[in-house]
Amino acid sequence: MKTDKLILLEELCVHYEVEHTFFTHLSEAGLIEITVIENTRYIHSNLISDVEKMMRLHHDLQLNMEGIDVVFHLLEKVDRLNAELVALRNRLRIYEDDAD
Amino acid sequence: MAFIDYYQVLGIPKTATEADIKKAYRKLARKYHPDVNPNDKAAEAKFKEVNEANEVLSNAENRKKYDKHGKDWKHADEIERQQQQQRQSQQQYTRSGGASSDADYSDFFESMFGGGPSRGRSNVKFRGQDYQAELKLDIRDVYVTHKRTLTINGKNIRITIPAGVQNGQQIKIPGHGGEGMNGGPKGDLLIQFTIENRTAFKRDGDDLYTTVALDLYTALLGGDLLVDTFDGKVKLTVKLETQNGTKVKLKGKGFPAYKKEGQFGDLYISYELKTPSNLTDKERELFSELQKLRTP
Repeated sequence: MKTDKLILLEELCVHYEVEHTFFTHLSEAGLIEITVIENTRYIHSNLISDVEKMMRLHHDLQLNMEGIDVVFHLLEKVDRLNAELVALRNRLRIYEDDAD
Repeated sequence: MAFIDYYQVLGIPKTATEADIKKAYRKLARKYHPDVNPNDKAAEAKFKEVNEANEVLSNAENRKKYDKHGKDWKHADEIERQQQQQRQSQQQYTRSGGASSDADYSDFFESMFGGGPSRGRSNVKFRGQDYQAELKLDIRDVYVTHKRTLTINGKNIRITIPAGVQNGQQIKIPGHGGEGMNGGPKGDLLIQFTIENRTAFKRDGDDLYTTVALDLYTALLGGDLLVDTFDGKVKLTVKLETQNGTKVKLKGKGFPAYKKEGQFGDLYISYELKTPSNLTDKERELFSELQKLRTP
């Protein structure tokens, strides 16, 4: 398997100065997926932004893994609703333009 | 910068205990944290204010100083200023880079900490803040994928704008945001598109809608009609006895689907019947004949 887009968990622990257990807990809570190749653990690079957000929520707001999970689900919902709002505004604009 | 009452910011009395401060801070931090209020500038500003208040009041020494000078802290005596400067120098020396680009912290806070508030774990590397930008484009610009050079904070960035971008849609350009904290990676650039549409085509997602004038004779007898689509003219066959308001769908003649190469929405055409005006005597006579045929 190609590892060019995978980041070594060890490196992340050093970079963010967090324990391995933090990532293990995130994985156990189903918040991230850890890829294991030849007994070495990796995280896909596209998860980094989410992982950082989870760290901030955990450290700044003292949220546990379940709390982070709830926040992420709600934020996904906010994103979906925002996208729907944009689409509806665009549709409304068609009728408003017609009325002008 | 105006004086900020940190007690008021946290909603606590001046007699609040350390536990009260911690509790109030945590409650407000949960409410205004930027990660739970994405793209909300007001919440972000409030969070900074709350953070700043907590940084000062949760430190016994800083709180004492704040309580002593109150809103007149700027006019404290020279010795106090020198002491503050010494502390500032020490703080600056021990701060591990990561100076905040924000310029809206109170003077008091800056004099105490030499910059923006720390996050309590100043040695941890964090991604820089995301920058927001708005880009106005014409609908014709986003009909095809094209490249464009933007100037963001004095830097030229060449970006690819995919065909089919929607009005209000936001795209992310990784690594073009603010500098990271303590050597962390840069934030992202978030570009929101405003699409101007002055064409005869209304857009709903990937579908386009337009109205085409149809003369009475073609509507009644059928025939060919040359109509405009977004990328050129097409010949339509109008059916016999087509009614006013009839809609026809031209499959694949709509707008390109976002990031779906070769896929297009549909074009919906509504016929608007135009009856002839300035009839000649002969025409009036013939229409009367036709009317008689229809009204026994």
